[in-house]
Amino acid sequence: MGLLIRLVPAIALVLALALPAAARAPQQFTLDNGLELVVIEDRRAPVVTQMIWYRVGAADEPAGLSGIAHYLEHLMFKATETMEQGEFSATVEAQGGRDNAFTSWDYTAYHQRVAADRLELMMQMEADRMVNLRLDRSDWLPERAVILEERGQVLESRPEAVFNEQMRAALFQNHPYGIPIIGWRHEMELLDDVIAEDFYRIHYAPNNAVLVIAGDVDADHALELAQRHYGPIPANADLPPRTRPQEPPHHAERRLTLRDARVGQPYVNRMYLAPNRRSGDQREAAAFQVLAGLLGGSAQTSVLERRLTYDEGVSLSAWAGYMGTSLDHGVFSLGVMPAPGVDMQEAEDALDRVLAEFIENGVDMDQLERVRMQLRAALIYEQDSATARARTIGAALTTGLTLDDSEGWIDILQDITPDEILAAARQLDRRASVTGWLMGEE
Amino acid sequence: MKIIKPLSLSLALAFATPLHAEIDIQPVTTDQGFTAWLSEERSIPFVAIELIFPGGANLDPDGAEGAVALMIDLLSEGAGELDAQDYAAALESLAGGVSFSAGRDSVSLTIRALTENRDAVVDLARLALMEPRFDEGSLARARAQQLSSLERAARNPNTIASRAFNEMAYDGHPYARATDGTSETVADLTREDITAAHQTALTRDRVLVGAAGDISADELGVILDRLLAELPEATTPLPDYADFTAPPGVTVIPHDGPQSVIAFGHAGLPRDDDDFMAAFLMNEIFGGGRFGTRLMTELRETRGLTYGVGTSLASAAHGDSFQGRLSTENARVGEVVQLLRDEWEWLASGSITEEDLARIKTYLTGAYPLRFEGNGSIASILASMQFQGFDIDYVNIRNDLVRDVTLEDIHRVSERVIQPDALHFVIVGQPQGLD
Repeated sequence: MGLLIRLVPAIALVLALALPAAARAPQQFTLDNGLELVVIEDRRAPVVTQMIWYRVGAADEPAGLSGIAHYLEHLMFKATETMEQGEFSATVEAQGGRDNAFTSWDYTAYHQRVAADRLELMMQMEADRMVNLRLDRSDWLPERAVILEERGQVLESRPEAVFNEQMRAALFQNHPYGIPIIGWRHEMELLDDVIAEDFYRIHYAPNNAVLVIAGDVDADHALELAQRHYGPIPANADLPPRTRPQEPPHHAERRLTLRDARVGQPYVNRMYLAPNRRSGDQREAAAFQVLAGLLGGSAQTSVLERRLTYDEGVSLSAWAGYMGTSLDHGVFSLGVMPAPGVDMQEAEDALDRVLAEFIENGVDMDQLERVRMQLRAALIYEQDSATARARTIGAALTTGLTLDDSEGWIDILQDITPDEILAAARQLDRRASVTGWLMGEE
Repeated sequence: MKIIKPLSLSLALAFATPLHAEIDIQPVTTDQGFTAWLSEERSIPFVAIELIFPGGANLDPDGAEGAVALMIDLLSEGAGELDAQDYAAALESLAGGVSFSAGRDSVSLTIRALTENRDAVVDLARLALMEPRFDEGSLARARAQQLSSLERAARNPNTIASRAFNEMAYDGHPYARATDGTSETVADLTREDITAAHQTALTRDRVLVGAAGDISADELGVILDRLLAELPEATTPLPDYADFTAPPGVTVIPHDGPQSVIAFGHAGLPRDDDDFMAAFLMNEIFGGGRFGTRLMTELRETRGLTYGVGTSLASAAHGDSFQGRLSTENARVGEVVQLLRDEWEWLASGSITEEDLARIKTYLTGAYPLRFEGNGSIASILASMQFQGFDIDYVNIRNDLVRDVTLEDIHRVSERVIQPDALHFVIVGQPQGLD
C-alpha cells in the first residue's frame, strides 16, 4: 500500500507561507454538517489533489494508547461498507493516480492526486471511509504487526530517530507532544480493533475535518461535489473539545547523552520550548521563524554555518530550526556537528558563544534582506505545487489558525524587525531546554 | 451507527466532463534565431527553463569515453572569478537554481529563477556555461569520484548486464559504449579532453529549449540570446541510426552471488514509427514494470520467480530495442528463460484482450496529467517533446492518441515487433538449468 508517514519533522526550516497577491486566492466554504472546504484553483494542467484533514492527531490520544491515531490511519485503507480492503488504493492506482496519508501530533490527513476528470470518484471514496469503515471485515491484527515493524524500521533502527524521540520526551514535561507519533512500543502492542473503532467514531466526522481541493477545478463545482458526497454525512454532536495538558513553567535545564555503535557522525542538538503560531497573533512566532533563518537557514551563508563551519572550522555543519505550526507549543532547535578532532563540549560551547555574539552584535541588515528574500522564494516556489499549498493550508486550519492567518504569514515574516528577532533570541532560555549529545560507543 | 449510502461507483462517469485545463504552448524564435517552446503563466513570479543539447556522451571521441560526463560535473565547480563555494553561495543568495546533467544522447541545463532575480541567475548560468574554470584540483577530485563510481559499477551485476547487452546490441555504434567511460579512459582524461568536450557537447546549433512560468516570449528571447549566442557551432556529427546487432541466443557472464541478473531483448521500433503508440500500449500491458502487467502476474504473483520484472520499448534518438530485465535465483534461470520465451509467444500470437486494453487506457490517461507538476516539470517536458520530435500540440492530444488505439492495432504491432526466436539473453550470475 505504500503509506508514507512523516514521523519526525525535518530538522531544517519548515516554512509555512502564504501567497502574494498575484496568485488566485483560495476560497473557503462550510457545509451544513460543519465540514470546512478550501478550494485552491490552479488551472495550469488537468490534474487535481484532494486532501482531507482530520483535527485529530497523536496528541489527542487517550493516555496509555499512544500510536492509535497513526494505527487508525493505516486501518483507513481497509474495508468499508462498500469497498474491500485494499480497494481504495487499488482504485486510485488503476486510475493512474497516487494516494497517501500521514499523521502528526495535531492532525491526520489523507490525499490523492489524480487527473481532473476523476476527482468525483476520489471524493466519493473518501466520503465513504469517513463513516463506513468496517474493521470487523478487515485484517486489523496483521496491520498492527505492520506498524510495529514500521517503528522498528524507521525509528528504532536509526539512532538519530531514537535520539530525537528521547529529546522530545525530555523537553515536554506534561504535554503529549513528548510522546512519539508512532507510539511507544509497549502501548502499540495493546492496540486493537475496538480501540481503533472507538477513536474513529469519536474523531472522524465532517465537523472535525477540513477538505482541501487543489488544482484544475472550479470552486463552485468543487463545492457542489462536496455537498453531494460529504453533505449527507451527519455531524458528530458529541465531538469532544480539543484540550490537552499544557506545559508548566520549566525551571531546570535537561541534558542527555545517547551512545550507539551505529552513529557515524556525533552531534549536539538543543531543543527549546517556544511559542507557537496563534490566530491573529503570529508576530512572535514569525520572529522565531526569521531567527531560525538567520542562524541556520542556509548551508552557505547563515550565521552558524559561516562562523562555525567556514571561519572557525569547529563544525562540519550547524543548524537552527523552528516548528511553530502546532496547536499548543512550538519548538526551536539549534545544533552542531563537530569537525574531526573537536570534542562535543567544545562544539556546544562554540554554538552558545556564537548565539551570544549574535545577540550582542545585532542583526546584519544585508543578511536579514537575504533571509527575507529566501522566505519569499520558498513561498513562491511552494505555490508552484498545488499539493504543497494544500498541505500548508490544511496544516494551518488543523492547528488553530484561520485561512487569513495562513495567507497573511508571509507578510508578517517580511515585516519582522531586528528588535523583534533579538527579543526572540533572548527568550531562548536554557531552563526551558534540553541538550542532547548523540555519540558512538566509547 | 448510521450507514451513509454512497452513490454508485460509476457515477463519476455519468456527469459530463467539465472542460479541463490545456497546456498553452507558444513557439518562440529569438533575434539570434534560437527557438523555444514557452508555456507562459504569470500567476507565480518565477520561471523554469530547460535546455537540452542533443549529442551527449555519443560525442566522446574513441578512447576518451566519459569526457562529456566529467565535463558536465565540472561546470558546477566554479566559473569566471568564482570558485565552487563562491558560486554556490551566489546562487543561494539569489534563491536560484542552475544545474547540469549528462546522458547518453544529450546534456541538459536546468534553470530556476525568481522574476526579481532573473537576470542575475541567468548571468550565473551563462558564466558556468561559457567560462567554467576546469581547475586541475577540481578535475582531479571529480575524476577520482567518477573512477570510484565506475569501480562500484563494475562489481554490480545489473550494470555488467546492461553494458554487455548494449555491446552486443549496438556493435560498432556509440550506443555500445558506457556513458561514464571506463576505468582506463577516465583515468587518462586530461584538461584538454575536458575543454574539447565542452566545445563539442554545448553548441549553438544543437539546443532545444522549454520554458514555463512568469516570462513573455520577448523576455525569453533576450535571455536565450544572452545565454547562448557565444556558443560555438557544432563540428562533430551525431551518430547514424544503429542497427540492432545481437544475434539470437544466450550469453553467460559468470558472477558470484545467489541470484542471476537477466537482460534480454531484440530490435524494437523507431519512435517516429506510425505504430509507436500501439507498441507503447502493448508494452504497458505486457511488461510496463507495475503490478498487474502480464509478466508481473505470471512471474511474480503466480510463480514467485522474481521480485520484479519489466520490459520497455527503448526507442532512443539513434537506435531502438524492445528489452527487459529481471533477477532470479541461479537455480531457476533455466525455468525463467523458458517462461520468457513462452510469454513472448503469448504476446506475438495476439493474446491481449479488449479488457486489457480498456484497463491500460484508464490508467495511462489518468497518469499522464500527473507529470505536469509545476513549472519545472512543464519546462522539462516541453524541451523533451522537441528532442523526441513531437509536434507542439502533442501534450494536449496525447490522451486522445492513447484512446484511439484499437485492439487490432495492438495485434498488428505485436505480430510485427515481437519475435520469440530473435531474443538474446545476457545472464550475469551462476545460472543453472540452461540447455
